[in-house]
Amino acid sequence: MEIRTILRGAGAGAIAGVLAFVFARIFAEPVINKAIDYESGRDDVLAALNKAAGRTVAPDGPEIFSRGIQSTVGIATGLIAFSAAMGALLAVAYLVMHGRFRIRPRALVWMLAAYGFFGVFLLPYVKYPANPPAIGHTFTIVQRGHLYLVMVAASLILLAAAVVLARRLARRYTMTTAVVISAVAFLVGYGVLIGLLPSLGDLSANVAATNQFGYARAATETPQPIVNILSTPITVGGVTYQPGQLVYPGFDADVLWKFRWYSLLNQVLIWTTIALVFGALLERFLAAGGRQKKNKRAETPTPAPTEEPVPTA
Amino acid sequence: MTSIPLHGANPVPEISISPEALSRGRVLAILSITVFLALAAYYFVGVDEGMTSLFGKTMVIHEWVHDSRHFLGFPCH
Repeated sequence: MEIRTILRGAGAGAIAGVLAFVFARIFAEPVINKAIDYESGRDDVLAALNKAAGRTVAPDGPEIFSRGIQSTVGIATGLIAFSAAMGALLAVAYLVMHGRFRIRPRALVWMLAAYGFFGVFLLPYVKYPANPPAIGHTFTIVQRGHLYLVMVAASLILLAAAVVLARRLARRYTMTTAVVISAVAFLVGYGVLIGLLPSLGDLSANVAATNQFGYARAATETPQPIVNILSTPITVGGVTYQPGQLVYPGFDADVLWKFRWYSLLNQVLIWTTIALVFGALLERFLAAGGRQKKNKRAETPTPAPTEEPVPTA
Repeated sequence: MTSIPLHGANPVPEISISPEALSRGRVLAILSITVFLALAAYYFVGVDEGMTSLFGKTMVIHEWVHDSRHFLGFPCH
């Protein structure tokens, strides 16, 4: 029963991952390629500028796999593994929670999936949104990683606390009052959280980097326009740039918006697919008797197929 | 659950514990293992060889899942 439920959750996740891969191939990869083109051009300009100014030139990132690998089997591996893991976690959450609420199994699955979508992705994303390649400084990856995981954990805890609070309050007040109070409490807690955690541009390593080419002071790590920050003209590739003159543009705002929009849609697709497919598989499984193989008792349909009481209304 | 074929039209199903029923301890173990594996997958897709690295300073996993790491919203270089 438990193993089969988990397999159904992970299977629903794998299906969601395949859909996410198709979506990513169509929508994300063209945007990622534009971002990488920008990054390559930017790195070349930065290397030339730093060399001309006699500063240290940052080494290139490793290229272990070709873009052809990364944009096909690479992204497929990541999306399917992530989605299957989330589906399995959803199944575990269902097994722990089921039988405590007077709702249909699939309704519980849908609610847990919504919880996962908000806690694992959307609430952290509001503070630290998804970024395409070219955005994100190598020297801040440790802080950014910690901040992101703190955001994920805190979002999950706050959201769960809000649900518990609403259920407690519902004993004393009407459902509407209970939900409104706990929603306000959640928003206050969440607001404090995202107010306390630093913006990425304010990380000390980023503040310290502002005296280098291409690192102007900013709220985020989105690449700023590269200007000649020296007090003297600089000649790169036969072109002379005056102090303050633009050498290379900042990151394209439309590319960034598209990437983040598709990233959001992709997670909506993943969690919706997991919720619908796992919910359907689970109810079919429970209707078949749960513990026995379907064909054994096919001739005696059980009157109450679901594990949990179905509301009569 | 198996039913014993009896004479008559309406056999009484034998009441027994399903052979697939799991003990409480086994259920706990299965759920824990699942959570561990799922979190490991989350970690390797989203975090490893970036913020921390379990198997040394290689970039193989990072580079393999690179595009999905960005697209799923994890911090990346």
